[in-house]
Amino acid sequence: MSEYVNESNRTLSKRVIEALKEFGLPRMIIAAFLLLMFIVAPFTGANFWTQITNVINRFSWNAVLVLAMVPMVHSGCGLNFGLPVGIIAGLLGATLSIEWGFTGPLSFVMAILIATPFALLFGLAYGWLLNKIKGGEMMIATYVGFSVVSFFCMMWLVLPYRKPDMAWGFEGTGLRTTFPIDKYYGGVLSNFLRIEIGRLVIPTGALLFFALLALAIWAFLHTKTGTAMTAVGSNATFARAAGINVDKIRMLSVVMSTWLAAVGILVYEQGFGFVQLYNAPFNMALPAVSAILIGGATANKASITNVIIGTILFQGMVTMTPTVMNGLINLDISEVLRVVVSNGMILYALTRKSEVTR
Amino acid sequence: MSNQAPLLELKNIKKDFFGNQVLEDINLTLDAGEVLGLVGENGAGKSTLMKILFGMTDIRDTGGYGGDVLLNGQKVNFNSPFDALAAGIGMVHQEFSLIPGFTANENILLNREPQKKSLAAVVFGDRLNTLDRKDMKSQAEEAIEKMGVHIEGAMTINDMPVGHKQFTEIARELSKEQLKLLILDEPTAVLTEQEADALLDSIRGMSKRGIAVIFITHRLQEILNVCNKVAVMRDGVLVKDVPAAETNIAEITRWMVGRSVADTAKDRREPPQTETVMSIQRLWVDMPGETVRDVNLDVRRGEILGIGGLAGQGKLGIPNGVMGLYPAGGKVIFDGREIPLNQPRACLNSQLAFVSEDRRGVGLLLDESLEWNIAFPAMQIHDKFLRPMLGGLVKWRDEKAIREVTARYIDELKIKCTSSKQKAKELSGGNQQKVCLAKAFALEPKFLFVSEPTRGIDVGAKALVLKALEKFNRESGVTIVMISSELEELRQICDRIAIVSGGRIAGILPAGRSSEAFGELMVSSVV
Amino acid sequence: MNGKNTSAPRKALNFLSNNAVPVMFIIIIAICLPMSGFSTTFLLNEIMTRLSRNAFLILSLLIPIMAGMGLNFGMTLGAMAAEIALILTSDWQIWGIPGIVLAMIMSIPISILLGLLCGKILNAAKGREMITSYIISFFMNGVYQLVVLYMMGSIIPIVHTTIKLPRGYGVRASVDLTRIRKALDNVLSINIGGVIVPVVTLLIIALMCLIIVWFRRTKLGQDMRAVGQDMEVARAAGIDVEGTRIISIVISTVLAGIGMVIYLQNMGDMATYSSHSQIGMFCIAALLVGGASVDKASIGNVFLGVILFHTMFILAPKAGAVIAGNEVIGEYFRVFVSYGVITVALVMYETKKRRAKAGMGAQLAAAQREGDKR
Repeated sequence: MSEYVNESNRTLSKRVIEALKEFGLPRMIIAAFLLLMFIVAPFTGANFWTQITNVINRFSWNAVLVLAMVPMVHSGCGLNFGLPVGIIAGLLGATLSIEWGFTGPLSFVMAILIATPFALLFGLAYGWLLNKIKGGEMMIATYVGFSVVSFFCMMWLVLPYRKPDMAWGFEGTGLRTTFPIDKYYGGVLSNFLRIEIGRLVIPTGALLFFALLALAIWAFLHTKTGTAMTAVGSNATFARAAGINVDKIRMLSVVMSTWLAAVGILVYEQGFGFVQLYNAPFNMALPAVSAILIGGATANKASITNVIIGTILFQGMVTMTPTVMNGLINLDISEVLRVVVSNGMILYALTRKSEVTR
Repeated sequence: MSNQAPLLELKNIKKDFFGNQVLEDINLTLDAGEVLGLVGENGAGKSTLMKILFGMTDIRDTGGYGGDVLLNGQKVNFNSPFDALAAGIGMVHQEFSLIPGFTANENILLNREPQKKSLAAVVFGDRLNTLDRKDMKSQAEEAIEKMGVHIEGAMTINDMPVGHKQFTEIARELSKEQLKLLILDEPTAVLTEQEADALLDSIRGMSKRGIAVIFITHRLQEILNVCNKVAVMRDGVLVKDVPAAETNIAEITRWMVGRSVADTAKDRREPPQTETVMSIQRLWVDMPGETVRDVNLDVRRGEILGIGGLAGQGKLGIPNGVMGLYPAGGKVIFDGREIPLNQPRACLNSQLAFVSEDRRGVGLLLDESLEWNIAFPAMQIHDKFLRPMLGGLVKWRDEKAIREVTARYIDELKIKCTSSKQKAKELSGGNQQKVCLAKAFALEPKFLFVSEPTRGIDVGAKALVLKALEKFNRESGVTIVMISSELEELRQICDRIAIVSGGRIAGILPAGRSSEAFGELMVSSVV
Repeated sequence: MNGKNTSAPRKALNFLSNNAVPVMFIIIIAICLPMSGFSTTFLLNEIMTRLSRNAFLILSLLIPIMAGMGLNFGMTLGAMAAEIALILTSDWQIWGIPGIVLAMIMSIPISILLGLLCGKILNAAKGREMITSYIISFFMNGVYQLVVLYMMGSIIPIVHTTIKLPRGYGVRASVDLTRIRKALDNVLSINIGGVIVPVVTLLIIALMCLIIVWFRRTKLGQDMRAVGQDMEVARAAGIDVEGTRIISIVISTVLAGIGMVIYLQNMGDMATYSSHSQIGMFCIAALLVGGASVDKASIGNVFLGVILFHTMFILAPKAGAVIAGNEVIGEYFRVFVSYGVITVALVMYETKKRRAKAGMGAQLAAAQREGDKR
């Protein structure tokens, strides 16, 4: 019974230690590691500004996907391992937009518009399922994601896509695993208001787009419904006793996450310049999950700041280590490092007791 | 065994939880084969005393206890229940400690299974010995035999009626060779009448075999039937310790509830003779451990109605059922309109409010600020502390209004905190309770249920909480129904008190009536 | 209030809902079988091969389920241990039965080490064992890469260039195990009407089944069942809950290590960096197809599961070719079915758990309503 906490006894140093503790050792290590990378980078011959550009670029591709974690974490649905569900909605939007002949920036807008009803539909179904299995969300979400992805592996082959830019030329039907989208929405955001100062390139449009979405989520969390969502995640019983329809709020959060994931994959593609189908979405959930955890989120608390810090740290690590490691010791263990760090971070979150007890 | 020393002797046992005295100078002796009936209201200190005796770790974790426990004249100090078990003390708890998918036999011998040597065990250790199923069966049957109540040894616990689970636990204790003293904590609560009778026979059998029994129950007749002596506890003090033959139910009841201090019969107001504001009809509530069976209750406008009764009798189920937190049926009419059950929202919309007894589970957002805790329900139900934006399309949280209302309640209820931004989990129990009250007050209800408002909080906070409730009732004219296990507290601020027994209202009396009158109602139809 | 009254139609319904996954599979197979056009001998041969290849691995899942730790990806760690052992024995050029036996023996200490680690982590994540073990398998995959791709050849001596990467350290993406290929399966194998039966492998699997049956009757097995059903009660009875859970994981990784050696000797080829990555998923799917659930699995489930699941695996590409004119569809289909089966089984388990709780309440409420009417 720790009911007797004497506030006045807390000294400054204790507070600092507590703040650090809250930040978490793994996060500190990752942040320090990244800092070290930046310091070492120039010595390995890598250009500092190119490195910064790379990190910002990767940030702009991935940030929206990480943002898609936030609503579900807020409503207590846990980390969204089912991110691929939304990604598939986004891919449907992308392929249909192209198939129906939209090009240039319009194809991006249309992709989002077409993806939206799919995201709503998938989100509703996914949310309904998650409401039936409260407590077992994370594992089941993983497998729901996988099932949907593998189901669409079949669909990409079967659906009657005709556009030669996407479909297999010789067979007539079936989409290619990867295809470029230069003619469509490749770079539409990144190149919008793009700033170039020497070697530093800032994809302003993409950053603005993320900022817009982040602002929308931030604003939503300040509304009545957003407040209810946070309360449901914090203590569902409390929320129920306060007259909140917990299932409905959870459903809303899943739909929001799913839609953000759909938009997120489109943003990713416009930066990357390619659409990847079939097995690609399998590997999208874990990096996003670990990014937001690295950013300081827990299984039921996440903020926009967590998203930004986490994406920068994670993408920074991913982009910096190969160049620096290669230049330094001529040994590229960045892939191993990425796997160990990102999964280690998720493990850390799963095994922390404080994050389980409600 | 020395003939002189009694089997068990408790000398000046004292215990406090963070300065809160819960046991004072308990002295008690028990001889081999003696059956002691231990009675007292909830919170009288019975379970704490038994925890000390059984070496429960939470006693040690909260600073240990004062005084001595002597077993056969030897001072003992148990570090864990395992020490107590080794010394021959067995305990049957209220919550079943059984493996659901195991048979009765397997449960009786859980972790004490007879084993056959196996070759693998030589290499990998004793845990690879195989179980000797035949020997298990015979040992378990022997224990069941000893108990004298027949249960099916091969039946799995899942398939058993509740009573048989209880007997399985008792058989497990009896199967321990060294057993000298058995503590039974309200064993008959879950038994049918016949089963209870069988259990009493079994206790007599144990007594004959030289096993001493401490029997805790609210059913006083059982105590008179089976016990050699009766010990009555009240407010942490052992008030009476008499041979069972020399007393009767009325007397025991008086000891249980009677106050040594003069009645706090302060200037009590006349109970308001107003019209009925809420009428509860034929209410049943499925709240585990607090089942409500058939409750009819009329609450008058502007009064403070107390609901009292022993634990597990259903008094907590009434507010939880009406407010829609547990499945319920029946009819509730408030202000002339029927309120749909099982819908917390509907109750709140009708300006009912509820302060739950489960502070940490239901009452608070432990990880959020005081501001959120206090403002949240009012925000969600009455759209307070919100600013319409974009022509009412968006309801934006009004942080300033939230801060103001929180500051007001912090001031009014004297909530001790560093700021209104502090997290609820960092407050002490008493201050958390005040936050819960503030949350309900902020809803500006017409009718307020308050469940166990003083449970687990210190004396100073208790007085403040009660004062605040009284003030809220008097100044805002809000009808309050307060549920509490502490009769004295109810008598202090309520106008009338309803007593719940066996899931039903046993009677409603003006708060000015004697404690004994309430005590009789409490034990009238205990389940 | 108590006692279950089960009528015959309800029993049938119960049976169906409890065995929905196997029934579903039998239907899928019944549909695909005629389309595939495979001969019975071919099919039986394939099933026999896959049975002997996979059964031991799937058996390794049973112990953690018994200890209440659910479907556990800890077995992936054992598979990695086996691969490390096989890389080393290959480099040492120890082939045939001695190679297999040595690989099995060498995998054991590595498996124990990994199992201890995994068990410890899982003890810190009670109630979320499956997702945690799933992430552990990814995490360990990173460590495995570090060892095999960077430390082998540089720190751990690797001599043969058929195994070592040209750059001087690290192991090639594929290790050739032709010289132990079916070394175990071919001992005493017999041909029954065109179906080749690997007698010794099957005997080893049968022996393992016997050991599991025996293990259930040991004190440790009883403790595991107790811990699996209610940790608190087990703890109160003096059982070392944490220790018992760790042991169950260690046993699982060790068995998985041995199982993986059997698996790879049958394949005769090892994909160094991916052989283990899907093995957990396929084993779990097969077990679930056999009718197991998160908290209950028997040896019968293992065999039924292997047969049904792999029959589907064999049939799917052909059926896909017939239905959609594309074999790739069939391949995607079987992946979809594997994931789908796990999803469905997990959802069914969770909803059943919840329904059990709600059912209790409803029963009570009904009883009270009865009383209310009176």
